[in-house]
Amino acid sequence: MNSPAGKAKAPDTSLEDIEVELFVRALKLRHGYDFSQYAPASLKRRVLQLAHAQDTGNVSELTTRLLHEPGFLSVALEGLSVPVSEMFRDPDVFLALREQVFPVLASYPQINIWQAGCAHGQEVYSLAILLEEAGLYERTQIYATDFNEAALQQAREGIYPAREAQLWSRNYLAAGGRHTLADYYSARYEFIKLDQRLNRHVIFANHNLVTDEVFCEAHLVLCRNVLIYFSDPLQDRTLALFRDSLVRGGFLCLGTRESLDFAPSASDFAPVDAARRIYRLGSRSAGRD
Amino acid sequence: MAAPQAIVIGCSAGGLTALEQLLAGLDPALPQAIAVCCHTGSANVDLMCELLAKYATLPVEEARERAPMRGGVIHVAPSGYHLLVETSRRFALSVDQRVSFARPSIDVLFESAAEAWREALVGVVLTGANSDGARGLLKVRQGGGVAIVQDPADAESPTMPTVALELAGADHCLPLADIAPLLNRLCLP
Ligand SMILES: C[S@@+](CC[C@H](N)C(=O)[O-])C[C@H]1O[C@@H](n2cnc3c(N)ncnc32)[C@H](O)[C@@H]1O
Repeated sequence: MNSPAGKAKAPDTSLEDIEVELFVRALKLRHGYDFSQYAPASLKRRVLQLAHAQDTGNVSELTTRLLHEPGFLSVALEGLSVPVSEMFRDPDVFLALREQVFPVLASYPQINIWQAGCAHGQEVYSLAILLEEAGLYERTQIYATDFNEAALQQAREGIYPAREAQLWSRNYLAAGGRHTLADYYSARYEFIKLDQRLNRHVIFANHNLVTDEVFCEAHLVLCRNVLIYFSDPLQDRTLALFRDSLVRGGFLCLGTRESLDFAPSASDFAPVDAARRIYRLGSRSAGRD
Repeated sequence: MAAPQAIVIGCSAGGLTALEQLLAGLDPALPQAIAVCCHTGSANVDLMCELLAKYATLPVEEARERAPMRGGVIHVAPSGYHLLVETSRRFALSVDQRVSFARPSIDVLFESAAEAWREALVGVVLTGANSDGARGLLKVRQGGGVAIVQDPADAESPTMPTVALELAGADHCLPLADIAPLLNRLCLP
């Protein structure tokens, strides 16, 4: 039954898996970006897509370019990051924020909101609009962060394809919007540009959830559809980071299909609206006062 | 050959009706874990599960992020998210770009499931008006799994089965009514 001593058993890992692993190692060793704790299946998919988009025959060629070609890092990060978003995605979540969270936020003289993984900024503008309509925006500071610099740049500009506007307008109304979304953007050719006044209390900054630390004291952390890309331990580390960033009683809002069942740090949070993934930092947490 | 341990099913236009018939015909004793990706499912996955549960002989639930793919359960991909199976055989979700205009994409489910289950997987492509699923089915076959395609002549929308047959071929190509009985034969010990 046993293979003879000394004879190596053929490894189970496919060639593709080996190449992806080496690519991830190169990214970390050469550039300090650590993807080793990302959920493997979708990460692999994106690495293979990047190889395809770059027209390299295989992933090893990507690795070579990563090691030797200055400037290729940003291309790689762009490919691995997934800055896919919508304005008022899951409108009922924004409605719940407005109805259940804003009244509590209103009790603070200064409101800090951290939106982690802001992608192209669609959710930042959505929040700004709702805060404005609730009369809270003047005393709000939003920190919108991502580790994809190109996405952040687009977020600052707030220019989006006009074909998205119809869906976003519907979402806005379903989220309890008081006007029409068109009041907040100007349409030019094939694009819409969000009113830059909405940016006046937003700081767009580069922050990597894998390596960077707490940088603000927040009353609300909005981090939707980012943790789905992380392995259990990284998800847990990130939740601990949010806990340490939040004031006691602060709110956390995750993506509607994100599960906390595998994260010990989740026990620091109590559900406010479980279906909409809105939680509140419990008093038994180790978070700061 | 090892008995299959998991079944993945993909469908698009006409898929809900086809699923109803297929799931009604499955033997309730099937121990396999089953995952379904249907483009035209309701935006509300709870509703879709409820609807399918009316016909299915096995329990129907939404496929939840990080949860294991369990035997004897039909897991349905939530709309708006790609559904993937990790090699640990737990589910993962992503909101990556649409694949062939679809999210969830059948290719994404099948390709990841093929890596997770290899020869222990059965892939089923049903009616649909696009080409999603073909590449995924190819991956299922390359991994040593079994490929089943609904006979295009029998499908409400023949495109998806046709493209799958062209790209991947199939171990079995047959009318919808015969697919559940085949799965029961292949999958019951
Ligand atoms: C799918 S988007 C989510 C966008 C938005 N929150 C939503 O739900 O519509 C995921 C974002 O997370 C960012 N991201 C991924 N890993 C990150 C990390 N380690 N640190 C910071 N941002 C990260 C990506 O760059 C991407 O913009």
